[in-house]
Amino acid sequence: MAEMKFEDALKKLEKIVEDLEKGDLSLDEALKKYQEGIELSRLCSFRLGNAKKKIDLLVKNKKGDFELKPLDETKIEQ
Amino acid sequence: MSLQSSEIKTRRIFTVSEITQDIKLILESNFAEVWVEGEVSNFRQYPSGHDYLSLKDQAAILTAVIFNRNSKEIKFKIEDGLKVICLGKVEVYAPRGQYQLIIEKIEPKGIGSLQLALEQLKQKLEKEGLFSLAHKRPIPYLPSRIGVVTSLSGAAIKDVLKVLERRFKDVHIIINPVRVQGENAKEEIALGIKDFNDFNSRVSGNERIEVMIVGRGGGSTEDLWAFNEEVVARAIYHSQIPVISAVGHERDVTIADLVADLRAATPSVAAEIVIPKKEDLKDNLDSLIKNLKQSFLDLGQNFQDTIDALMHRLRLKNPVVLIDEYQERARDFARQIYVRMTHFMKLKQSEFTKAIEKLSGLSPLNILARGYSITFKMADGAVIKEAKAIKAGEVIKTRLHKGEILSQVREVY
Repeated sequence: MAEMKFEDALKKLEKIVEDLEKGDLSLDEALKKYQEGIELSRLCSFRLGNAKKKIDLLVKNKKGDFELKPLDETKIEQ
Repeated sequence: MSLQSSEIKTRRIFTVSEITQDIKLILESNFAEVWVEGEVSNFRQYPSGHDYLSLKDQAAILTAVIFNRNSKEIKFKIEDGLKVICLGKVEVYAPRGQYQLIIEKIEPKGIGSLQLALEQLKQKLEKEGLFSLAHKRPIPYLPSRIGVVTSLSGAAIKDVLKVLERRFKDVHIIINPVRVQGENAKEEIALGIKDFNDFNSRVSGNERIEVMIVGRGGGSTEDLWAFNEEVVARAIYHSQIPVISAVGHERDVTIADLVADLRAATPSVAAEIVIPKKEDLKDNLDSLIKNLKQSFLDLGQNFQDTIDALMHRLRLKNPVVLIDEYQERARDFARQIYVRMTHFMKLKQSEFTKAIEKLSGLSPLNILARGYSITFKMADGAVIKEAKAIKAGEVIKTRLHKGEILSQVREVY
């Protein structure tokens, strides 16, 4: 779950809220969903507060394969 | 001295070559660099790459040629009827005795050549459907991998990174650096777009680039020109990844903008479209959490209501209630029984009394009153009904109506 993309987590959370709002769940299901929803919302909150940017350059090597190389941002700022 | 001889004396006779050489010299030195205005007619393109045409007005016609190397530089399409201004030189072609204008630069009259080229390309691509709204792909919401095709030395990348700095950083930006102006810019931009698509076809789903920004910062019309080129337009059109164009400033609309799935006025705006504000996300998340809790509470309340309703129904079937009910019924029953029994008893009582009265008539005591007596054996109290039941010497008791007699038996017969 920790690997989940913020967007996916948010989407999943939206779906859970929708399901709960529909209200045709068994108590067990509802509890499970609620718990999952709480976990997802914690994950999203955490991501919001702790997101780290990642900037790469797309580089094609001699073989024609692609590689991602971290961008040296100091070069951009100049 | 005849006129003829004097003429011969002073005359200078040119050979055809000589006079042509003189004409060539005069024309070519006098018209080494001239601007000529006219209307294009009889335009032909040769496989060699040279273009042949005539320039004409109401009274005259001038043949002209644009050689391969100059022809390549022309941005717009030359067509018959087009009014043009040309820069060139007059050249005399001796073998044919003809002169023509060698065109080095040609511009449409009244409108810049770039502008005309733009209009012409626009019309062509529009006809082909490259600007069609139906072809436009939706821009994903909250993409986590964003490609950028631009120059590392330009303003666009700085703007994008600046936006990233103050917004939600949970994104992966991948830059494919290209030149955005100059000779090879158009090919590099087109390849940059294609590279991202190729990259996507080689990596797994969650590594794929979800949207790309293609653009550059502001500049002159010429600086932005690469984004008006057909090869760039086609690369954008064929991209599987949605493309946001971001070229120059608000006022600059390029062909890339028309083909792109979304046009952003500037690179900063493009970045703002794909990188959300943290506060917006927080608001969104907060309201989701609130809804999550509320919906769960509501659901809990629903369950509570259901339970209450069930409890109510259950209580109706509760043994305690049943017992009460049965008790009540039992009490009813008992009451009925009592009433009936009392009635029955009363009935029976009177019947009994009558029976007793009737019975009393049959009592032996009443018979005794009429003079009969009963004799018992003294030993066991048995009633003596025949003589042989008793022996001489035994004591017998005789009960009379009033009193009893004890006797000893003398003789039995």
